[in-house]
Amino acid sequence: MNAKIQEKIASRILFFCTVMVVLPVVMILAIILYKGIGAISWEFLFSMPRNGMSAGGILPAILGTLYLVAGAVLFALPLGVLTAIYLVEYSRDNFLSRLIKLAIVNLAGVPSVVYGLFGLGIFVTFFQFGASILAGSLTLGIMILPVIITASREALESVPQSFRVVSLSLGASKWQTIRHSVLPHALPGILTGAILGIGRAAGETAPILFTVAAFYLPKLPTSVFDQTMALPYHLYVISTQVPGIAENVRYGTALVLVFLVLMLNLFAIIVRSRFRKRKKW
Amino acid sequence: MDDERNMTNEKSIIKTRNLNLFYENFHALIDITMEIPEQNITAIIGPSGCGKSTLLRVFNRMNDVIEGVRMEGEVDIDGQNILDPAVDMVALRKKVGMVFQRPNPFPLSIFDNITFGLEIHRLTQKKNFEVIVEHFLEQVLLWDDLKDKLHKSALSLSLEQQQRLCIARALTLNPEIILMDEPCSALDPIATMRIEELMQELKKEYSIVIVTHNMQQAARASDYTGYLYLGRLIEFGVTSQIFTAPREKLTENYISGRFG
Repeated sequence: MNAKIQEKIASRILFFCTVMVVLPVVMILAIILYKGIGAISWEFLFSMPRNGMSAGGILPAILGTLYLVAGAVLFALPLGVLTAIYLVEYSRDNFLSRLIKLAIVNLAGVPSVVYGLFGLGIFVTFFQFGASILAGSLTLGIMILPVIITASREALESVPQSFRVVSLSLGASKWQTIRHSVLPHALPGILTGAILGIGRAAGETAPILFTVAAFYLPKLPTSVFDQTMALPYHLYVISTQVPGIAENVRYGTALVLVFLVLMLNLFAIIVRSRFRKRKKW
Repeated sequence: MDDERNMTNEKSIIKTRNLNLFYENFHALIDITMEIPEQNITAIIGPSGCGKSTLLRVFNRMNDVIEGVRMEGEVDIDGQNILDPAVDMVALRKKVGMVFQRPNPFPLSIFDNITFGLEIHRLTQKKNFEVIVEHFLEQVLLWDDLKDKLHKSALSLSLEQQQRLCIARALTLNPEIILMDEPCSALDPIATMRIEELMQELKKEYSIVIVTHNMQQAARASDYTGYLYLGRLIEFGVTSQIFTAPREKLTENYISGRFG
C-alpha cells in the first residue's frame, strides 16, 4: 500500500471519527428541542407545578438551580482562586505542595454521588444545616473546587514570568505584583474555569440528591435553610418516579436545563474572547 | 589578583567587597570587589554563563526571586549594605531601576505602562499623570511619535520603542542607578545605535550599569568596563584601557576574539 492511499484512508478515518463525536451532540440537542419546545410557555417557566407536577410550571426548580449555583460559586470561587494563587505564586515545590496538588487532582476524579454522601454526612448531619440550600450549595461548591483551582492555576501559570519580574524590579511587593501584574491577565482563564464549574454545578443530580433537592415543593424557598426543587433532580423525578407525566413536559424541562448550561458556556466564551482581544502578549 | 587595580578615581555609587554568590552548590560569583563610578556608563562583559547578568541582578536583589541563591560579602549603595537581610527592598528597587533583555512592557496602554510604578507606590496624584507621562516620554525621545496614541497598547510599538518605553517606565521611580541587561540584544543595529545615544543622554543624570554580550557596544558606549570570566572579575578599568591595553592575558584573549 503506498503512502498516497494510506494518507487518504487516514484522513477519511479521522474525519469519520470527528463526525461521530459531533453527531451525538447534535442529536441530543435536536431531539430535546423537537420534543420539548412545545412545552415551553410563559406559564411553564414562571409558575408553580400543579397536579403532582403533571401540569403547571417549573419555576421553583429553575430558581432552585440558580440559587444552588450562585451559592456554590460564592463559596468555591474565592476559595479556589486564592488556593490557586497560593499554589502558583507562593508555595515552593516541596512534598507538601505536591501532596496538595495531588489531592486536588484526585478531588476532580471523585464520583459526584460520593460528594452527595459527603455533603449529607458533613453539612446536613454534622453541621445540622439539614437538607437545605446551604448544604447543597456547599456540596456543589466542593465538587467544582477542583475545576476552578485547576483552571485558575493554568491561567496564572500562563501569565509570562517577565510580568512578575518587571513588576518586582519596579519595587512592587509580591502581593502588589500578583494583584496588578498577574491577576488581571489571568482573569479570562479564571472566569472560564468558574463558568465551567457553574455549568457542572447546574447539571449534577447526585450531590443535591441527599443535601437539598425536594421531590415536590410547590413554593419558593425563603432562606438558605430551606429545601428547594432543582432542575436536574426534577427531571429525574418526573422521568422515572412519577407516572403519567406528558413527554413534552419532561423534554421541556430538559430543554430548560440544557439551555441554561449552554447559555452559561456561551457567556464564558464571550467573556474570554473579549478579554483576549483586550490583552495580548 | 590585586584589588587596588579595580578601583577608579571617580566617586563610586556601588561598591562590592568580596561578593560571593551561590546557586545551591554552584559558586556563580567569586570574590568580586569593584567600585562602579557615579554618572558613568559601566559595562560588564564576558562570555555566556560567566555571571554578568547574575552580578547585575545582585544590585537590585532580583536574584532573590530564584530559589537556592545565597550571597556573601558586601554590596554598598549609598553607604548601605544591600545584602543586609533588613534592607528595604521597595526602596532599593526604586533607587535601582532595571531594563531587561527583551523589551517587556505590560500588555496595557502606553500611558498605563508609564504610570504603573507611580500607581503602585502612590508617588503622585492621578491628575499629575499626564504631565509625568509627557516628561518621561520626552526623556526617552518617544513623545513626538506617541503623543497621539498614548492609549494604544504598548505591544503595538516597535521593539525599539518598546525598549524606550521600558526605560521610561524605570525612570518614573526616579532611580539613581539603571541596570541594563543586554538591552539591545533584541534590536537591529540602527535601533541599537539610537539606544546607545539615549544612554549617553541618561548618564548625565543616572549611573548606568550595562551587561552586554557585544564587545563593540561596550567599547563604543561605556566609560568603564569590567571583564568577568567564570564568575571572577578579571579586570576592571577605563574602557579605552581595557580594549587597547588590557593588563590581563585573559582579558586580551577575550577582547581579541580568541574565544567567547
